[in-house]
Amino acid sequence: MKQSTGEPRGEVKARWTPFLQSCLALTLLTLLCGSVRSEPISFARQIRPLLSDACFQCHGPDANERKAGLRLDQENAAKARDGDYWVIKEGDPDQSDLISRIFTSDEDDMMPPPDSGKSLKEHEKQLIRDWIAQGAPWETHWAFESLRRPNVPSVKDADWPVNAIDYFILAKLEANGLRPSKEADPQTLMRRLHLDLTGLPGEVSTARRFAESEDPLDYSQIVDSLLADEAFGERLSIHWLDLVRYADTVGYHGDQPYSVWPYRDYVIDAFNHNMPFDQFTIEQIAGDLLPDATRNQKVASGFNRLHMITAEGGAQDKEYLAKYAADRVRATSGVWLGATMGCAECHDHKFDPYSMKDFYSMAAFFGDLKEKGFYGGSRWEPEMPLPSPRQENEQKQLASTIDRLEKTLVTATEELVNAQLDWESQLMEWESKGQLTWQPLSPATLSSENGTQFIQQFDGSILTRGPKPKKETLELEIPLSPSREITGIRLEALTHPSMDEGALSRGGGNFVLSEFELILKQGEDESPVKLASAAADYSQKSFEAGKAIDGKDDTGWAVDGKNKKEARKLLVTLQEPLKATEGTTLIARLKHHTKHERHVIGRFRLSTTSVPDPVLTETGLPDDIYRLVSMPWESRSEKEAQTLASYFFDRTPILDPVRVQLASAKSRMKVLENEIPTMLVSMSVKPREMRILPRGNWMDDSGPVVQPAIPDFLDYDGINAKKERLSRLDLAQWLVSEKNPLTARNFVNHLWKLYFGYGLARVMEETGSQGTPPTHPELMDWLASEFIRSGWDVKHMVRLIVNSQTYRQSSTPGKMLASMDPYNQLYARQTRYRLDAEVIRDQALDISGLLVRQVGGPSVKPYQPAGYYSQLNFPKRTYQHDTGNSQYRRGLYTHWQRTFLHPMLKAFDAPTREECTAQRPRSNTPLQSLNLLNDPSFVEAARTFAAGILSSGSGSDRKKIQSAFESVTLRKPTQRELHILEQLLEDTRKGYAAEPDRGLELVEVGLNQAGEQCPPVELGAWTAVTRALFNLHETITRY
Amino acid sequence: MNPFNLEIQRRSFLNRSTVGIGSLALSQYLKPWQSLGQSTADPGSPAWSGVVDPLHYTQKAKRVIYLCMAGGPSHLETLDYKPKLAEMDGKPMPDSITKGQPIAQLQGQKLNCMGPQHPFEKFGQSGQEICSLFPKIGKISDELCIIKSLHTEQINHDPAHTFINTGSSVSGRPSMGSWLLYGLGNETENLPGFVVLTSVGKGGQAQPISSRQWHSGFLPSNFQGVQFNASGDPVHYVSAPPGVKTEEQRRLVDAINALNMEKDAMVDDPEIATRISQYEMAFRMQTSVPELMDLKDEPQHILDMYGAEAGDGTFASNCLLARRLAERGVRFIHLYHRGWDHHGNVKGNMVTTAKEVDQCTAALITDLKQRGMLDDTLVIWGGEFGRTPMAQGSGRDHHIRGFSLFMAGGGVKGGISYGNTDDLGYRAVDRPFHVHDLHATMLKLFGIDHKRLTYRFQGRDYRLTDIAGHVVQDILA
Repeated sequence: MKQSTGEPRGEVKARWTPFLQSCLALTLLTLLCGSVRSEPISFARQIRPLLSDACFQCHGPDANERKAGLRLDQENAAKARDGDYWVIKEGDPDQSDLISRIFTSDEDDMMPPPDSGKSLKEHEKQLIRDWIAQGAPWETHWAFESLRRPNVPSVKDADWPVNAIDYFILAKLEANGLRPSKEADPQTLMRRLHLDLTGLPGEVSTARRFAESEDPLDYSQIVDSLLADEAFGERLSIHWLDLVRYADTVGYHGDQPYSVWPYRDYVIDAFNHNMPFDQFTIEQIAGDLLPDATRNQKVASGFNRLHMITAEGGAQDKEYLAKYAADRVRATSGVWLGATMGCAECHDHKFDPYSMKDFYSMAAFFGDLKEKGFYGGSRWEPEMPLPSPRQENEQKQLASTIDRLEKTLVTATEELVNAQLDWESQLMEWESKGQLTWQPLSPATLSSENGTQFIQQFDGSILTRGPKPKKETLELEIPLSPSREITGIRLEALTHPSMDEGALSRGGGNFVLSEFELILKQGEDESPVKLASAAADYSQKSFEAGKAIDGKDDTGWAVDGKNKKEARKLLVTLQEPLKATEGTTLIARLKHHTKHERHVIGRFRLSTTSVPDPVLTETGLPDDIYRLVSMPWESRSEKEAQTLASYFFDRTPILDPVRVQLASAKSRMKVLENEIPTMLVSMSVKPREMRILPRGNWMDDSGPVVQPAIPDFLDYDGINAKKERLSRLDLAQWLVSEKNPLTARNFVNHLWKLYFGYGLARVMEETGSQGTPPTHPELMDWLASEFIRSGWDVKHMVRLIVNSQTYRQSSTPGKMLASMDPYNQLYARQTRYRLDAEVIRDQALDISGLLVRQVGGPSVKPYQPAGYYSQLNFPKRTYQHDTGNSQYRRGLYTHWQRTFLHPMLKAFDAPTREECTAQRPRSNTPLQSLNLLNDPSFVEAARTFAAGILSSGSGSDRKKIQSAFESVTLRKPTQRELHILEQLLEDTRKGYAAEPDRGLELVEVGLNQAGEQCPPVELGAWTAVTRALFNLHETITRY
Repeated sequence: MNPFNLEIQRRSFLNRSTVGIGSLALSQYLKPWQSLGQSTADPGSPAWSGVVDPLHYTQKAKRVIYLCMAGGPSHLETLDYKPKLAEMDGKPMPDSITKGQPIAQLQGQKLNCMGPQHPFEKFGQSGQEICSLFPKIGKISDELCIIKSLHTEQINHDPAHTFINTGSSVSGRPSMGSWLLYGLGNETENLPGFVVLTSVGKGGQAQPISSRQWHSGFLPSNFQGVQFNASGDPVHYVSAPPGVKTEEQRRLVDAINALNMEKDAMVDDPEIATRISQYEMAFRMQTSVPELMDLKDEPQHILDMYGAEAGDGTFASNCLLARRLAERGVRFIHLYHRGWDHHGNVKGNMVTTAKEVDQCTAALITDLKQRGMLDDTLVIWGGEFGRTPMAQGSGRDHHIRGFSLFMAGGGVKGGISYGNTDDLGYRAVDRPFHVHDLHATMLKLFGIDHKRLTYRFQGRDYRLTDIAGHVVQDILA
């Protein structure tokens, strides 16, 4: 016997020493049980599940938990002889210690041990005994066995089957002495088919045509037309989106939105275009790694980014990278393999041969993804922009416009060169006259708001004296001569011995200039001069120059004059050059209105410049420009010439129109870029190191480093032997390798579930040992091999299933069938079950005529109770429902807020999509009743439906009820049903007749105004009828 | 009014002895979530009385009121007095304590001790030490079982909440309340068995919470928590649409039920019986929920005792609603106060937040006691984790190695403290009490062996306590 751990041999003896000879009980039992049953017992289907459940916890694949070094999940270990005893001896239960251990009543020897919480029932024990007596034939677990295409079995009633599926089903029924149910009535069948394939109820006319048709081909033609309908992809996507846990928000903590909806549209499109499932798989896991990956393939690779993400402050990258890695393994193994590999995060899988190493090796495939653990500021990345063709076109045009304009700005033309020469000679002329310097301004009048007095100094500066008010405005009126234009004004703050500390003010030595304002006065007209910017040679912290022209009285420019007793300069640049005409006066106002009292400038001087875009040098030109301008033209180097030209081009008004155009193109570009949708995608970078985390603890770095690998026992193609590091592409290709039986089996199981309510293997998420084996293993394998044989053709498989006679059966069990096969494991009938949340919504919108059939696009927001998002924070959110068409879209487009899923979706069991969901629960709750009765979406639909009935013309109440009933259920109501609805109509009508206006209150529900023109009494009464119809159990059930 | 006399129809319908309905009396059959003393019903059916039948142990508690202090209250300014930490104030936290330990926002920063920001007092005959910010809770300290050695596994709010509510940080597991409903069923026919009420505080930022915290996970949706709201419809969609009177709504429900019975006659579908009873329940909720939320039948002295104003959605008013829910037989009442994440100004914020919960929490326990309900109502007060003994500026960061909560009633001993942290309030050293232990002990009080309350999902038997959890016998009365 192979001993996998170093456990002491002694314990093995103690636990598993044979004690048969002394066991009277067993002898008796053997006598009582009599002979061995004759029909062969299947190890895979009947025995392995028992051993898995009762024994594998301690005697299974998990080496750390293994007791007594014994494992029962491997044939050679379980049947090995050890000295004079066997755990399992083929054909000899009496010599098999397993049997004595499970039958004994001695608590010390009993298996499973009484304190384990596990037990075997008497008939299960007997089954194991019989199996050993039959020779203990061993098989691999069914799901891991390689795929063979079974022969289609023969049947007695060869008239019934339509296709291969029916032979498998009928053969088993006949073996059990059962007959299939009759075909469902045409209306029920049509409604079922439409709901299953499109998620919409179908038209009365189609159902009628089908009911009247004699041609058996009609059915398959309707199937084909539904498969061609875009609604098919939408319907199938609902299930796929559950599996891949697609949602619109990140799920953790603040649950902020992220943009992944293009992935949803990719899925819909793939199903509608019948993309082969192998390609579909590869693109999602590794689309970005494909050669010349297309935009769609990159979008598909967003699958790897659909897990929950955190932006919670204090979250550690390393911890969350470990969470995301584990999430991906759970999802990938769940979606494609139907395996619960997640169990192996902290320990080897208890029941299946997945080890911790397998888990982390699988995680390592995704180690190349560019990602973070903590996304501060909710900035998810990497995001790929996805412009529409129109947006892409505009983007291109704008880019070329911007490029052209930017070139224009630096391209010399004759006009520009001449202008530059003129400019240079102008500067030289000023220079020669000694005017290329700041020109002092001499005020004609000086005044103050609160009493400060002035003395004009000989150097053109003004000295303040007299009172020291807390706040002050100094005002200067300066006559302008019409000679030169003004581009900027310089304010010098000068020191003076009469100031405090000999510094810059009489209020402690410092000043705070809250505002510097210029006003142009022409006659009586005063207009403010617009200022472009302000700069200073020094500013105190938090008192920058710009604060002197920001229009705010409580901020200003200050210079720390008390400590730094130096003269300072402030330059204020004008937006437009100021051209003085005769009689123009400039008023300058120096406001000191901040809370810093008496901080009024003490001595100052104003001067002007005409240099465009001046700086605070003596010439107003930057020093190097002044040097170049003064230099003879021919002695400038090429670089110097360029520097000068560039300085001039950047400032010449000639190019102003171009600059305006450029700014506008750039701002449009920015708007456009914000409008372009994005998608969080996979981007491959240098793979990060992946270690086995002992007990799943992310802080423990002691585990060995692992490389990407698939579980060895599933390595059908031997890819683990490859020399180079395996990539996500290898993983994807392995998933859809023809030799990998899991993916095909798992996906056909999902399809079967969609059209029969249950999978052939009922535990959808677990096809491993702990799941249930398929009810029809040969059919499962036939479907899986057919799927691969067809080139992974999804529509082909759906077509096969819904065309089968098995699918078309009635779902109503007779009394006998209901008791014989309550869980419909033999499929002698169809299954009936409640519709999915989205379909319930879509149906009401469709029947009322409100449904907007637009495929894809950003998620939408239907009505939702106010305050439902009040539990969210970072940021706080207020839900604003959509208006217009977006209000009436199909349920699958609803904004999927993981932590607060829309109440209607939640009430009807839609999953939050935090984890892979293979099977939604199908509950039946009072919240559902409240929803259908009172949710504005349903009330609005019912009222719109009622308005439609009323406007469809005359006809008796009875006729109208008949027709409304048929629109909802596709069948005609019975007399009794008609009568119930007529009475409801009549009773409600009486109530509204007493208060006619009350009927109109219904129009307030929802955005749609339908019914406004209807007689209010009739609207109220008929809305009761339509609400009743939308609330019927039949309406929300697929029969 | 009704063409076929609904009553006769209902009776004959029930007498037809269809699968799953049998010969139940009409009154029973129309009571969703009601205990019928048998547990053979399907979990989706209204007759569900719990999977645990018979109970594993004697049942002490019949319901839980879980006062969840979201954000993580500082144990050092509530229930865990650490004079030694005061001495160490401003000094570095010894490296030997913090090395290799998980840390949240203080990652990479200097770790200095911060002494308790408020004094503690001894209260009651038991002399339990409680922060002076909680004088009213202090007054009932002889009722309280204080756990000072609680510890958890998740250091960020979201997973930590998920962990304390579901026993796992991975989404998709059922919450405590769902497990209890699954195990025991509900005790009221008019209200959901698991109700959630939330409130924000004035101190600090409001902690976001997820409906995952009261989700039924892989259990049937019937067992999920139902949120009751202070404004708008108290339960989503519980009001009839505008222009529709109550009697018209009743008339409509009658017609729906009658039509459903017609369909059942054609297809013999047991789900229809359930559906009808859910419409009856829904209709009753249209009355029972507003009646519950309306505090006007509460006398002024009770309002004063709680410090509650009707309908203001504060924690105080939710505490009063909790008592009303408990009186009506709701199994699990889950209150959230979202104001405990004191990363900054823990001193000031504690004053504000303590004021919001002290009086009403004490009032709730006192009120339950004076009504004879405390014995079988388990009150739990605590957050998803505690806060660091180290300063984060003027506040404290998340802390998981040791923190506190208290329980009262429902079969726990009053006037005791259990376990302790080290001298600096960092690590639970004396009889550490894991979150799984809390769950195991809580189930024990309900007469349930936590190892035997299981649900098979993905082929595995899951439990609230995962693969861990010990019943802490010492705190059981």
